[in-house]
Amino acid sequence: MGQLAAFIILSVVTLVSAVVVVASQNIVRSALSLIPTLLGIAGVYILLQAEYVAGIQVLIYAGAITVLILFVIMLTEHGTGARFRQVNEQVLPGTIAVAVLAALLMAVFFGTAWPRAAGTLPQYTATSIGTTFLTSAILVFIVTSFVLLVALMGAIVIARRER
Amino acid sequence: MLLVDWLYVGVFLVVGLAMAALPLAVVWALAPRLAQPQKRTTYESGVVPFGQAWAQFNVRYYLFSLVFVIFDVEVIYLYPWSIVFRQYGRYAFFVMLIFVGILLLGLIHAWRKGALEWT
Repeated sequence: MGQLAAFIILSVVTLVSAVVVVASQNIVRSALSLIPTLLGIAGVYILLQAEYVAGIQVLIYAGAITVLILFVIMLTEHGTGARFRQVNEQVLPGTIAVAVLAALLMAVFFGTAWPRAAGTLPQYTATSIGTTFLTSAILVFIVTSFVLLVALMGAIVIARRER
Repeated sequence: MLLVDWLYVGVFLVVGLAMAALPLAVVWALAPRLAQPQKRTTYESGVVPFGQAWAQFNVRYYLFSLVFVIFDVEVIYLYPWSIVFRQYGRYAFFVMLIFVGILLLGLIHAWRKGALEWT
């Protein structure tokens, strides 16, 4: 019961602020509204007993990524303080595309036989994530550092070329 | 972690919000209000503010924030490793040495390309 109430509250917070993200006339307000959206999703992770992922969500997405997006807005010449009409001429194709995507996703979600009550949950998920990184997922772990390396070098290459 | 434990987080949230809201409420209830145009200006340590708060940032900040995000993500990987470090000992040490070593190459590359220089 409490879980259901928490889920409904988190869903409302997430959805309302997500609508503000796409509908606000003020682009900075749109970017800031990402924060409650992503925090609401972090709350859903907590409901799923994935507290480590929730922590990452708060640190990386609600923290770093939102600041990055704000930076990009502040870098643009006319983005600062400008008002935008966020609805353009593509309303009808956009609506159709969203409806098709939603129907497809729902078909997949309802069609999948989700495994229920298989095994017990670990007490702290971070411990099992660490164990997995050092045993079965070690290749993924090392490849991740290469992905980060490529991202870092790509950022430098692009920033150098811009100058 | 049990879901019930998150009630403590909820209590912290409520108390924290109350701590922030109460002084504002007390001021709103007690303080006299005089309408003066100076009171609506931005406070800048007593200096008269000029320009807009939403100024255009220098593009150089962007590279710094990108590099920051990448190392922020790296730290995310350090944390679960550090929890199970004692169980695996030397093996875990060398795995992380490889992980950090690869990213160190990126940092050296950024350094040599002058991405960490301001000018």
